Amino acid sequence: MGKVQVGTGPFARRPDNSAFKQQRLPAWSPSLTPYTVLPVFYLLAVVCVLLGVWLFITVENTHELKVDYTEEGTCIRCFELRKDPIQARNSCDCVVNFNIPKTFPGDVFFYYGLVNFHQNLRRYMDSRDEDQLVGRKKSLKSPSSYCEPFAHDEHGEPIAPCGAIANSMFNDSFTLTYHPPDGAEVPVPLYRRGITWYTDKNVKFRNPPTNTTLQLAFQGTAQPLFWQQPVYELDPADPSNNGFINDDLIVWMREAAFPNFKKLYGILIRAETPFSEGLPAGNYSVNIIYNFPVQYFQGRKEVVLSTVSWFGGQNHFLPIAYLVTGGLIFIAAIVLTVVYVKVGRDGKNMEE
Amino acid sequence: MAREIGDAGAAKSSTTTTKKQHKKRKGKESKTRTVHSNILYDHAKGEDNPNRHYANNKIKTTKYTLLSFIPKNLFEQFHRFANVYFVFIALLNFVPVVNAFQPELALAPVVFILSVTAIKDLWEDYRRHRSDKEINHMDCLVYSRSERRYVEQYWKEIRVGDFIRLRCNEILPADVLLLSSSDPDRLCHIETATLDGETNLKQRQVVRSFIDLDTEFDPLKYNSVIECEKPNNDLNRFRGYITHRNGRRDGLYKDNLLLRGCTIRNTEEAVGIVIYAGHETKAMLNNNGPRYKRSKLERQMNVDVFWCVIILLVMCLFSAIGHGLWMYQYGDKRPVFDVLSPEGTDLSPVVSAIYLFLTMIIVFQVLIPISLFVSIEIVKICQVFFIHQDMELYDEETDSHLQCRALNITEDLGQMQYIFSDKTGTLTENKMVFRRCTVAGVEYSHDANARRIAMYQEMDSEEEECLSHGGTLPRRESLCSQHSGKVVLRSQSTKSHRRTGSRAEAKRASILSKHTAFSSPMEKDVTPDPQLLDKVNDCGSQMEFMRFHSQLLNQIPPDLCDVFDFFIALTICNTVVVSSPNQPRQKVRRFELKSPVKTIEDFIKRFTPSRLTSGSNSSSSSSLATNRSSSQRVCSSMLSSPSAESTLTKLDEERLPAQCLQQAFSPVPPNYDQDKASAPAECELRYEAESPDEAALVYAARAYKCSLVGRLPDQVTVELPHLGKLTFELLHTLGFDSTRKRMSVVVRHPLTEQITVYTKGADSVIMDLIRPPTRDDSKGKRQRKVLYKTQNYLNLYAADGLRTLCIAKKVLSKEEYAGWLRRHLEAEAAIQGREELLFESALRLETDLHLLGATGIEDRLQDGVPETIAALRRAGLQIWVLTGDKQETAINIAYACKLLDPEEEIITLNADSQEACAVLLDESLHYIQAKFFCSSSADPHAARAFQQDYTAVHFPAPPACSPASSGAASTFLVHRLGLVIDGRTLAYALDKSLEDKFLAVARSCRSVLCCRSTPLQKSMVVKLVRNKLKVMTLAIGDGANDVSMIQVADVGVGISGQEGMQAVMASDFALPRFQYLQKLLLVHGHWCYSRLANMILYFFYKNAMFVALIFWYQFYCGFSGSAMIDQWYLIFFNLMFSAFPQLITGTLDKDVSAETLQELPQLYMSGQNSEEYKPYMFWMNMIDAFYQSLVCFFIPYFAYADSDVDLFTWGTPITTLALFTILLHLGIETKTWTWMNWASIAFSIALFFTVALCYNSSCPTCYSPSNPYWTIQRLLGDPLFYLLCIVTPIAALLPRYFYRICQGSLFPSPMLVGRQLDKLPLEIRRHYLNQSKMKLGSVGAVHPPRPQLFPFCRPFFKDCSSRIRHTHSSSSTTTKQKDKAGQSNPVHSKSMEMKDTPVRSKNPENPTARARKGSGSRAGKQGSGSPCSETVDSRGQTTGSDGLTESHTLPYPKDSPHAGEISHPAGPDASLSPEQSSPERSWLTSTPLLPQTESVQLISPPSGGPPGVTYTKNQEVLDCSNQSLLLQKGGVDPAHLPDCPKEHSPPPSRVNHL
Repeated sequence: MGKVQVGTGPFARRPDNSAFKQQRLPAWSPSLTPYTVLPVFYLLAVVCVLLGVWLFITVENTHELKVDYTEEGTCIRCFELRKDPIQARNSCDCVVNFNIPKTFPGDVFFYYGLVNFHQNLRRYMDSRDEDQLVGRKKSLKSPSSYCEPFAHDEHGEPIAPCGAIANSMFNDSFTLTYHPPDGAEVPVPLYRRGITWYTDKNVKFRNPPTNTTLQLAFQGTAQPLFWQQPVYELDPADPSNNGFINDDLIVWMREAAFPNFKKLYGILIRAETPFSEGLPAGNYSVNIIYNFPVQYFQGRKEVVLSTVSWFGGQNHFLPIAYLVTGGLIFIAAIVLTVVYVKVGRDGKNMEE
Repeated sequence: MAREIGDAGAAKSSTTTTKKQHKKRKGKESKTRTVHSNILYDHAKGEDNPNRHYANNKIKTTKYTLLSFIPKNLFEQFHRFANVYFVFIALLNFVPVVNAFQPELALAPVVFILSVTAIKDLWEDYRRHRSDKEINHMDCLVYSRSERRYVEQYWKEIRVGDFIRLRCNEILPADVLLLSSSDPDRLCHIETATLDGETNLKQRQVVRSFIDLDTEFDPLKYNSVIECEKPNNDLNRFRGYITHRNGRRDGLYKDNLLLRGCTIRNTEEAVGIVIYAGHETKAMLNNNGPRYKRSKLERQMNVDVFWCVIILLVMCLFSAIGHGLWMYQYGDKRPVFDVLSPEGTDLSPVVSAIYLFLTMIIVFQVLIPISLFVSIEIVKICQVFFIHQDMELYDEETDSHLQCRALNITEDLGQMQYIFSDKTGTLTENKMVFRRCTVAGVEYSHDANARRIAMYQEMDSEEEECLSHGGTLPRRESLCSQHSGKVVLRSQSTKSHRRTGSRAEAKRASILSKHTAFSSPMEKDVTPDPQLLDKVNDCGSQMEFMRFHSQLLNQIPPDLCDVFDFFIALTICNTVVVSSPNQPRQKVRRFELKSPVKTIEDFIKRFTPSRLTSGSNSSSSSSLATNRSSSQRVCSSMLSSPSAESTLTKLDEERLPAQCLQQAFSPVPPNYDQDKASAPAECELRYEAESPDEAALVYAARAYKCSLVGRLPDQVTVELPHLGKLTFELLHTLGFDSTRKRMSVVVRHPLTEQITVYTKGADSVIMDLIRPPTRDDSKGKRQRKVLYKTQNYLNLYAADGLRTLCIAKKVLSKEEYAGWLRRHLEAEAAIQGREELLFESALRLETDLHLLGATGIEDRLQDGVPETIAALRRAGLQIWVLTGDKQETAINIAYACKLLDPEEEIITLNADSQEACAVLLDESLHYIQAKFFCSSSADPHAARAFQQDYTAVHFPAPPACSPASSGAASTFLVHRLGLVIDGRTLAYALDKSLEDKFLAVARSCRSVLCCRSTPLQKSMVVKLVRNKLKVMTLAIGDGANDVSMIQVADVGVGISGQEGMQAVMASDFALPRFQYLQKLLLVHGHWCYSRLANMILYFFYKNAMFVALIFWYQFYCGFSGSAMIDQWYLIFFNLMFSAFPQLITGTLDKDVSAETLQELPQLYMSGQNSEEYKPYMFWMNMIDAFYQSLVCFFIPYFAYADSDVDLFTWGTPITTLALFTILLHLGIETKTWTWMNWASIAFSIALFFTVALCYNSSCPTCYSPSNPYWTIQRLLGDPLFYLLCIVTPIAALLPRYFYRICQGSLFPSPMLVGRQLDKLPLEIRRHYLNQSKMKLGSVGAVHPPRPQLFPFCRPFFKDCSSRIRHTHSSSSTTTKQKDKAGQSNPVHSKSMEMKDTPVRSKNPENPTARARKGSGSRAGKQGSGSPCSETVDSRGQTTGSDGLTESHTLPYPKDSPHAGEISHPAGPDASLSPEQSSPERSWLTSTPLLPQTESVQLISPPSGGPPGVTYTKNQEVLDCSNQSLLLQKGGVDPAHLPDCPKEHSPPPSRVNHL
C-alpha cells in the first residue's frame, strides 16, 4: 500500500522477450523411438563385447601364483610359535617350496598377501599422524591424538611412527630362490626399493631433518610396541632406506581397501640370465622370517607372484563384466526389436 | 482525562507532577488515546508534548537490523526441524568416540545451507527496507508552527497531532481526523480501493464542530483535545469525542476519519489532524504478512523424507549389529587392527556397536537430503522468476504481469482439482456496457452500438498487432478514424470522449491518471439507436412546444411519453455522483439545496398551491453556491446527521423556506443555458456510481442527450434535448437492496408537477408489480401488448447473457403521497424494527407500476473466458462459480462463458428452510442416482464400441473422474448436470447435517453455480470441499468479498483488476486477467509440478544410491563405519558436484511443450493424479538406487579384488563412477536438453575433477585422517579407471533406460504422447491436434475424465431426435410413460440438433474428422437403434399439437423454454423477430447458446406449506428414453429403472427466467 510504482513507460514492466526468459531455449529432446534407440543398443553391445574379448585375451596372457604359507611346509612350526605371545620376540625361519609351471614373462612382481586382515577399519585407518610422517619435529615429539592409544609408550615417550597402522606393520621377510633343473639354486634378485608411489616416498614420508644421524633425529621417541627394532633401523642393508622413508613402511602405511589384500614386496630384477625374460618355470622356494602373527584373526599369509597387463594384474572380472554387459544390451536390443515388430504399430503410429 | 487537560492553556501550564501522573495513569488505563495539537507544543521540547508516546509515521516492515540479523535469522532457521537435525549431526562429529569426519568439514554443509537461506532472507529484508524507505519518503503538507504555513515533509516525519493538508488525488499518509474540507458540504471524498477494494467514492465528513467555520481552517486557533480509541484494526469503527476549549463535546465517528492508504478524490483540499500514525494506522494493523503454505508435493515429500529416516536408521542399526557381531567373533583376543579406545581400554562389542550406530548416522547423513530443501527453494525461486517473466501472462493494458506472492506453492498449480471462481470482475470485466433497450414494447436493437462494441474488440486485436510490430500512435489514429467513419450518427457529446480509439489505450490512460473508476470509452460511448433518438428528439420538441404554449403535457402520445419518462428514469433513478474529471466536485455545482422531505410540515410547506405556480425549471450559475448563507449548509449537512438532531432541523427549516424558495423557483427562461450546456466543458462530466451498471445506464441516457448534470441530496438536474436543464426535486430515494431487488426515487416532476415514482429493478420483481391492465379498451390492450412484448424481449436479453433491468414509473396523487409519507415518516421515526418498517414502506410505494421499458446491459466477459473455462474443464478441473450476483444474471453469464452447457440438465435448488433444503437435496440425489445409475453401468459397452473407432492419438482415459474419489465416494461420477443454488439454500446446505448430501449432489454435477453467496459462504464452500473431498482447491477472485475464499483455498489467485488490491493482497498469485489462468495452470503449473516432482524423486534416488555405496562397503570393513569415498567427496558430492545439473533440469526441463500443453489440456490430469510422484515411485527409485549402487560398488570391487589397491585409490573411481551414473541417470530423466543442461553437466564433471585434482595435490598433511594425496593423478594414468568408467554406468543404467524405452513405445503415458507430438513437424502436429481436439474436445465438452460418455452426447441424440420427428406423424402405441410425455417439447430436440451442426462444421476441411465422426455416430446407432424408436414412439404419441404449433410460431426459435408461459403464442410478435434479431446476432460475440433445454427446478413452496418438490422438466422424456435404452442394452434389471414420471408433477410451478 502506498507504494508508488515507478515506471519509465507504458510497458515498463513488460518482460523481456528473450528465449531464456520465455523458456524457449533451443532444446534437443531425445526421443525413445525404435529408430533412435535400437542402433545405439546394437552399437553399444558390439563395442562392449569386442572390448570384453580383447580384455579377456589380454588377461589370459597374465600369470599369477599364490602360495599360502601360513601353515605351509616348515612354517607350521613358526605358526604354532607365534600363538604364544611370550615367544613373540623369538625369531623363526621357515621355507616354503612351490613350482611355477609356466614361465612368467616380463616383469614379475612379488607380493605378500594377507587374508582377513582389516586394514580398512575406520579407527585403524585414522590411527596415524601425517604430520609426524613428513618429519615435523613437533609432531614427532607430540603425536596427534588420532594415534591414541599408540601415541605414547608406557613410559610416556612419544612413539614414532605412532598409531595402530605403523604398530601393526607386517614384518615377515622373504627370500625367493630358484631351483633350476640343473641343480644350483639361484637366489631370485628383487628390487626392494622403488616399490612405493613416487609421491609417497618423496612428499608424504620424510625423515625428520637432521645434520647428523637418523638415530639422533629420532632421539626421544620410542619404537612402536610391536616392533622389534626402531624405525631408523628398519633396513639394516641400506641406511638410506631407514626412518619414515623405508619402502616397506610406506607400502604398509597405504591402507588396503579390502580385508584380503596383497602388498608389493619386490620386483624381479631382470638383469641377469635366468631371469632376463621373466621368471622361468621350475621349482622355487621362499625363505621366510616368520614374525607376523595371524592366528588371532583367523588370517592367512601368502606370497603372490604375478605379471601384469596394461590395465592391472590378473583379474578376469573386468573382461567378463564387459562381455556380460554387452550381452545384456544385445538381449535388450533383440527384445526391443521383437516388440517393435510384433506390437510396435502403436508406436509407429505416432511417428507418422 | 480529556476534560481535565482539555483546555490547551491548562495543558500548557500543567506541572511536571501532573504530567507524571498523566503518564502513570496512561500506563494503567490505556483504554483511550488523547490527541492534542502539536502546534501548541514546541518541537524542540518534545517532553512537553502529550502525543510523544504515540508511534510516529515511520514504518518499518523489516524483520532484522544489522545487529540482530545473525542471531535472529539463525533462531528462525532453527525452527525448521531439518536444520536442527543437521546441526546435531555436525556437532556429533565433534565427539571423538563417534566422529567420522574432520569435525570442521562436517560443519560445511550445514553452514552452507544456513548461509544460503540467510542470504535469501537478507535480500528479502533489503527489498522490504527499500520499499519502506520509498514510502517513508513520500511528501505531504504539514503545518509548521514556526513558519505558520504548510510545508512539505516526509511521511515519516509526520507525528500524531500534526495538521496535514491534503490535496486532490493525494494518498493519505496516516489516519487523519477530517477537520476542514474545501467542499461546500464539508465532505471529503475518498477512494478506499487499497483498503477494501471498493472503487466507488466514499464520503467523509468534517467533524461536526468544524462544519460551520466560514473561513479557512486555521490550525493555530485549534485548541481542542481529541479522545478516541486505542489503535485497532477495525476499518469500520472509530469512536471518540472532541472536547473544545469551551467545554463542548462532540462525538467522532468513522465518517470523520480518513484512513491511511486511501486516496482523496473530488475534493480540492482537506485538512485534518493525525490521530494514528505509522504502524498504529488501521491499514497497517490490517496488513498481515504472507502465510506460509505447504504444498501438496512437499507434504508428500515429507512423508518420504520420513521414510528416508527410517531407512537410515535401519541401515545404521544393521551396521551397528554387524559391528557388534564382528567384534564378538574375535572374542577376547583382539586382533592387531582392532584399535582400542584412546584410553587404551577395551571396548565391549555392545558399547562399540552403540558408538558405531552414532557414527553411521554421521556417515549416512547424506541419505537425508540436506540440500534438498535448499535446492527446492532455489528451484521454486527460479520457477517464480520464469512465471513472472512470461510474456503471455503480461497484460499490456494495465502494464502488469503475473505476480507470485507465495514463493513456495508453485507446484500446487499443477495439481488443482477444483476451481472456485468469483464472477463479476473475474469472469467478466466488470464493465457494464449498455447494449439494447426496449421502450413501450418496442425494441431498439442498437445495431450501431453492437457494431461499436464489436469494433472495440477488433481494434484491440489490431492494436495488439500494431504494437507487436512496433506500430505507433499515428497509425492507430488513422485506424480509429476509419472505423468511426462506419458508425452512423454519433452524438456530439460522445465524440469528445473518444479521444483514443482503443480500449487498451484508454484504460492505460485512465490508469495512469488514476482518476476515474468506470470510464472506459466503451462504457461511456453509447451509439444511440437512430429510431429511438428520433423519438427522443421528437418528444423533446413536442414538450417544449407544449410548455411554451402552456398546453397540458398529457396530450403527447403515450409511447412518446413513455420514451421520455424512460430516459428520465434512466438518468435520475440512481445514486450516481457527477464530477468533473480534473476538478473537485465544487466546480460543477450547484443549483439548489433543500433536504428531502423530512417531516409532514415540510411536506405541507412544499406542496402548498402557491408554490406550484412558480416556474419549475430552475437553473442557476455556480456562483450561487459560494454566497449562500451558512445556515443553508447546516440544512444540507442534516442529510447525514443523526436523526437525534431532527428538532434542530425543523427549526432551521422553518426559518429557511422563503430564502430557499426564492432561489429555487426563480423563473428562468428554459433555454437560458442552452449554450452553456453544449459547451465542451459540459462533456467532461464524469459519473461515479456505486455499481457500474448504474453508470452504464446514465451514460446510455446521455447518448440520447438526456444527461445528468448535477446531483444533490435534494435534487437532480437533468439536461434534456430542447428542454434544457430540468431540475427534479428529489423527495425520496429508496435505495437498492437485495431483497427488494429494485430501487426507487420519488421526485416532483418539474413539467407536470406530479409526484412521480421511478423504479428500476430486476425484471422478475418489477414485472410482478406492474399494474395489470384493467380496462379492456384499446389502452388496456396496448398495455397488455407492451407487457407481453417486453417480457419477450427480456427473455431474449437474458438469453443473450445481458443483465436485464426493468424501468417503471408511477404517478402519485398528492393525497396518496401524503398518506404514504405519513406512514413512511412513522417508519423512519420508529425505534424498534425500523428496518422492517422502512422495507414495508418501500413495498407500499412500489406497487401498481406502469412499465416503461427494459434495458439490457452487458457485463462483458473478459477475453477468452469461455475458452479458458473449456480448456480448464478439459483439463479435468471442476469449476464452481460462487457469486454474489442474482441467480438470473449468474446463470446467464454461466451460459455465456460455457460453464453451463445448454445441453445439460440443470438442478436448481431454492429452499427457504432447513427441512426444505434437506428434502431438496435428498430428492436431487435420488434423481441423480436414478438417472445416471443405468448410464454409468452401460458405459463400458459404449466405451468399447467407441474405442474401436478411436485409433489415432489415443489418450487412455483416466480411471476415475476425480482422483480423490476414494472408497465410498468413488461411486460418484460427474454427470452432465449443472447445479444452481442460491445463497439462502446454500446456508442451509452448509449446515453440518446437510453438508455431506450437498457435496454428494454437487460433486456429481459438472458445474456448480452458487448465487447470492456471501463472502463467508464462499469460504465455507471452499473449506467444505477442500476438507471433505480432500482435493486441491484454487480460488480466484478480484474483490474484497473474495478474500476469505482466497485465503481458505490451497491456492488463492487474485485478479488485479478493477476492484483494488484487497484480493491481490490476500492471494498467492495475482493475475491481470482470468484467461491467464489457463497458461498458469496448464503450462506453468504442470511444469512446476513435474519438474519439482521429478527433481525430488531424483534427489531421493541420488542420495540413496550414493549412501548405499558406503553401506555395501561396510560388509568389507567389519561394519566399522569407514568409507572408501573420501570425506570431502562425501560431503561435497551433494552440495557441489551433483547439484547443478539437477537444478538446471528442475528449473528448465519441459516434459511437454507449452503449445501442446495448452492444446491438450488433458495432459494436466497427470498432475491432478500426482502421476509424476506417486508413493510407489519413491520405492521404485529406492530399489533402482540400490541396484545401481550395487553395480557401482561391485564392478570396481571385483575389478580390484585381490589387488594391492589402497582404499582411496579404489574409492575415488567409485566416486567418479557414481557421479557419472547419477548424471547419466539425470540425462535419461531429462526431457529437453538445452545448452544449459549440457553446460551444467560438463561443469559438474569438470568441477569434480578440478576439485579432486586440487585437493589431491594441495597438501599432503592437511586432511587427516584421510590422505588421498596424488590419488586422482595416478588414477588418471590408469587404464583400468577408464575401463571402469565405461562399463559401470552402462550396466547400472541399463534397466532404467530399457524401462523408459519400453514405456515410451509400448505403453506411453499421455505425457509421452504429448512429447512425441512435440517432435513432429508443425503441420503434422497441427493435423493431429485438430483430430484429437475434435475427438477429445467433444469428449472434453462432456467431461474429460470420462470419454466413455462420448457416444451419448452427439450421435446418440441426433439419432434419436431424428426418429422423434419421424414418429410425430405416425403416432402409435401407448406406454406407461405417456402421462408425462405431454410436457416434452419437440423443439428441444430440434434445437439441439441445430446446435449440433456448427460444432461439427468447425472442421469441415478435415475429411478424416468427418469420417470418424460419422462412424462414431454409426456406432452409436448400431448400439441403440431399435430401443430408440421404441421409446420415442411412446412420447411421440402424446406430444400434442401444442408443441408443434409453438415451435413454429415462436419468434425466437432459441427461446423455446419460455414460450409456454406466455399466453399469446401467436400474434404481433411474429412479425418483428427475424429481421431484427437475426442479423444482429452475428455481431454478438458472447451470445450464449440456448438456455437450458432441459431443466429440473427444485423449489420449495413458500414458507408455511409442507416442504415439497416440484420438478420442472422439459426434456426428461429423452432422458428416460435414454435410460430405458441403456437398460435394455446393458441388461440391467428394469426394476432399477428410475421412474421419471412419478417424480414430478405435471404443471410447472415456476418458470425459469433464464
